Amino acid sequence: MSTAPKTLYDKIWDAHVVHEAEDGTCLLYIDRHLVHEVTSPQAFEGLRLSGRKVRAPDKTIAVPDHNVPTDPSRLEGIRDEQSRIQVEALRRNARDFGIELYDVDDIRQGIVHIIGPEQGWTQPGMTIVCGDSHTATHGAFGALAHGIGTSEVEHVLATQTLIQKKSKNMLVRVEGELPPGVTAKDITLTIIGRTGTAGGTGYVIEYAGSAIRALSMEGRMTVCNMAIEGGARAGLIAPDDKTFAYVRGRPHAPKGAAWEMALDYWKTLTSDDGARYDKVIEIDAAEIAPVVTWGTSPEDVLPITGLVPDPDDFRGGKVEAARRSLDYMGLTPGQKLSEIEIDTVFIGSCTNGRIEDLREVARVMEGRRVKDGLRAMIVPGSGLVRAQAEEEGIAQKLQEAGFEWRLAGCSMCLGMNPDQLAPGERCASTSNRNFEGRQGYKGRTHLMSPAMAAAAAVTGRLTDVRDL
Amino acid sequence: MEKFDKLTGVAAPMPLVNIDTDMIIPKQFLKTIKRSGLGANLFDEMRFDRDGNENPDFVLNRPAYRQAEILIAGDNFGCGSSREHAPWAIKDFGIRCVIAPSFADIFYNNCFKNGILPVALPQEQVDLLMRDAEKGANARMTVDLEAQEITTSDGQVVTFEIDPFRKHCLMNGLDDIGLTLEKGAAIDGYEAELAGRRPWM
Repeated sequence: MSTAPKTLYDKIWDAHVVHEAEDGTCLLYIDRHLVHEVTSPQAFEGLRLSGRKVRAPDKTIAVPDHNVPTDPSRLEGIRDEQSRIQVEALRRNARDFGIELYDVDDIRQGIVHIIGPEQGWTQPGMTIVCGDSHTATHGAFGALAHGIGTSEVEHVLATQTLIQKKSKNMLVRVEGELPPGVTAKDITLTIIGRTGTAGGTGYVIEYAGSAIRALSMEGRMTVCNMAIEGGARAGLIAPDDKTFAYVRGRPHAPKGAAWEMALDYWKTLTSDDGARYDKVIEIDAAEIAPVVTWGTSPEDVLPITGLVPDPDDFRGGKVEAARRSLDYMGLTPGQKLSEIEIDTVFIGSCTNGRIEDLREVARVMEGRRVKDGLRAMIVPGSGLVRAQAEEEGIAQKLQEAGFEWRLAGCSMCLGMNPDQLAPGERCASTSNRNFEGRQGYKGRTHLMSPAMAAAAAVTGRLTDVRDL
Repeated sequence: MEKFDKLTGVAAPMPLVNIDTDMIIPKQFLKTIKRSGLGANLFDEMRFDRDGNENPDFVLNRPAYRQAEILIAGDNFGCGSSREHAPWAIKDFGIRCVIAPSFADIFYNNCFKNGILPVALPQEQVDLLMRDAEKGANARMTVDLEAQEITTSDGQVVTFEIDPFRKHCLMNGLDDIGLTLEKGAAIDGYEAELAGRRPWM
């Protein structure tokens, strides 16, 4: 065994290699597999056709999230036939293969990346996969977590392993103190704005530095969640006392002697001094501003104080892409971002549907109201987040301020359920992708933090939360 | 899995960067529980208007490219979600090879599970192939996986790199799960060791 200093990624990788071929192709053991209804039916069908079983049903959980409506009618059955069939297929597959299911009527149901951590399934040092690119979220716990395709879902179900080659390792260090009004979402969007959506391709990113350490677990999840938008497969943050405190006592967290044993191991999960990274990016937290996206790629990020850019200011293929984006978004170069009027506010998603996000919205909305005529919806990331917000009195306040208070699900983040934008509608959204059609056919998405989305709800236009 | 060894066909030029998985196959088509039939909706929102009429300007609707088997695109092709519906739709349409300066990681991976060859090349070489593709239906190019070569309609040859293990699997149409199950003893051994060392996992 080499004694060279190791990064956190090296350590987790090394602890999971089942077999390594001469060319470096590894068989990697998978500790947890999260399954949702959209990317799994064909995988289970594959198992049935080949007469294979799920190797480790006790390391696998299933939850419907993408398709589920977020209004109470869902408890009487999902009206959309295809959505209903997909959710029923998940139910049947979970039952037939012995997998724990958090069903639509279960208070623990929610977005897969919210409930994994919430139930204590997500723990430091684990390898975690899901047929969903935002699996990167779980990296906030110092777990190596990434999205996989359906063929790989089937592979993990059948073998509890994945065939992988090790990625390169990037360190993104964010040092200093965030200015007021700037949050985890602004950090992660700013990084993507800086590196581009392909900047992380081929890398696993470790986020470090005092600004990252200062974030809550919820904030760290927001940062890692969007590692994929930066092109990286996975984001990682070394676990610390905040991580351990978050995991402790959750239903699937280790207990008693196992807890002590786990804790001893988790404390070793930091990058060694002198460990080598293939690339290092340094960011000064003090220079991060509240940001919004203006285009149809998550790299189209600018401070809210900025102007809509001119496509000719870009180079290469981005010139045409920016022109196409502005046409799609209905924006003109030189227009002030803070003068862009919106129709809808969406607060939720695996990026920003946790309790801290809702508290932040409540803080901004204190003494304020949603502007008349706007549609503003809050979709808690899980039934338990929803219940907690109700217990804290946040839910009532936000409803009084003019927000719709919905049931948990992916909702308008991707419009696979009834929550969608109409053509031409413009949304201030706390989700993760502003792609064409993502939130609904011809819908226009501006990504931002929950605080910024709340500010937009108050004024009806993209707004600097610091100016309220 | 269907093998890929050599292909000669029409290449469709799509010189746009950041072609994302929502463009390749919009979310409303992910509700299927099957792998087949998605080709009809490949690039749906670019290919058709809301009433289902073809957009005559879109490359795959132009007579020269309706039978395209190769797609040439801009940087960061396939970015976005992990949906394997994207390569399923591409394959179902009849495209077996995508060439771009770079690919998003999960999409790239998914291609190999479905008998699609993704080829990453430097921008200048993609530009050269793009110009060849723009000549239309008579300009058929050849992609030879074994030789790792692409030959344009006028005989120019571009070589490409590919991971040897992935090449082997693609050329022989190998099923990953079958290969891994042959290592069942190693997985058993790992699990036994894990139970001792990190039992809470």
